[in-house]
Amino acid sequence: MDDAKLNVILDRHDRDPSALLAILMDIQKEENYLPREDLGRVSERIGVPMSRIYSLATFFSAFSLKPRGKHICTVCMGTACHVRGAPKLVEQIGRDFDVKAGETTADMKLTLETVNCVGACALGPLVILDGEYHGNITPTKLERVMKNLKKEQG
Amino acid sequence: MEPPDDKTVRFQINGRSHEGTRGESLLAAIRRHGYEVPSLCYHEAVSPYGACRLCLVEVKRGRRQKLTTSCNYPLQEGIEVFLDTDRVVRHRRTILQLLLAMAPEAEELRSLAAEYGVEDTPFVTDEEHADNACILCGLCNRVCNEVVGAHAIAFAGRGLHKRMESPYDDVAEACIGCGACVFVCPTSCIGIEETEQMRRILKWHRDLPMQKCAACGRPFAPTFQIMHFADKIGVERSHFDRCPDCR
Ligand code: SF4
Ligand code: SF4
Ligand code: FES
Repeated sequence: MDDAKLNVILDRHDRDPSALLAILMDIQKEENYLPREDLGRVSERIGVPMSRIYSLATFFSAFSLKPRGKHICTVCMGTACHVRGAPKLVEQIGRDFDVKAGETTADMKLTLETVNCVGACALGPLVILDGEYHGNITPTKLERVMKNLKKEQG
Repeated sequence: MEPPDDKTVRFQINGRSHEGTRGESLLAAIRRHGYEVPSLCYHEAVSPYGACRLCLVEVKRGRRQKLTTSCNYPLQEGIEVFLDTDRVVRHRRTILQLLLAMAPEAEELRSLAAEYGVEDTPFVTDEEHADNACILCGLCNRVCNEVVGAHAIAFAGRGLHKRMESPYDDVAEACIGCGACVFVCPTSCIGIEETEQMRRILKWHRDLPMQKCAACGRPFAPTFQIMHFADKIGVERSHFDRCPDCR
């Protein structure tokens, strides 16, 4: 992230150490992940030790320390979704896009993530693509949801 | 003896009356009166954290008697403390088994467990951590933050993946190599190596050049540590050109 942009984020939170979490969220929103080099500058400028930032960034699964793909597909693996076939969906996406859960495709198009329950159990199994929730997913429905992505990837 | 003021409280240990200071760590008070309670994550120099659960005792307050960790229990007027009840010993054994599953290689832990007749654990050891003697007690981290003030290391991850780590498990740039964490670690799992030129803190991947005494030429402390402390106590860095013997 360029310096000016980072400073805008920091100033938005008054460079307040207790706003660290919000600052990290803003950086991730811009960059899709938390670049190490950015965190180094955050540490220097708001006076929070790097160890503390790293601790926080690894605690929340919403943060990623690795670059993520242009698109992010999250499969809910909570109990309800799990028993209704979520693991099969993960398998299917993995096969179709050649990616493992928690990883990103080689062309950086898609990151596949799993989470333990998003709290919408009645809609299970549930797949979230770029923030959009798709409920009661079957393999055929999943194909439809992922169709545009597949085309994009060629 | 000093007259009792409002900070002094009376309490009982195993039925005998004692005095202590209101709010102090119950574990510290118990030990000061000569009783023994095992612990792995407590050190009087830093704030208690309640991670290892070994300092378990039973505390009776009014009509309620309950199990509690003593290191982070603030001493209060009139409590009755029981150190080695069946309940305490039974739970402590289970805790030792759990800790053993976490760090089967840790010598200090093995021998403490043996004192309680615990030689083995029924719990599953995560293979990923099998050779890791760290019990996640957080002492190294508290000492580094609260005493040294270097803030070099911290917990990373959570749940099964929680670990004590330098940022990115890479060189801990903020570590001054003082070795305080190595000294307090209850399972000796951090590791330190020293040569004429270098001090190396293994777990934090930190190598630090040693300062040689300007007079006798003997290396005596890592340069970074000397600079850190000189700045902290506000003396000229040159004050530490010589080793303590030659100063
Ligand atoms: S050796 Fe490094 S990590 Fe350990 S207490 Fe000292 S500064 Fe902190
Ligand atoms: S390295 Fe040692 S002191 Fe630090 S958390 Fe692990 S066991 Fe505790
Ligand atoms: S010493 Fe009290 S919990 Fe570890």
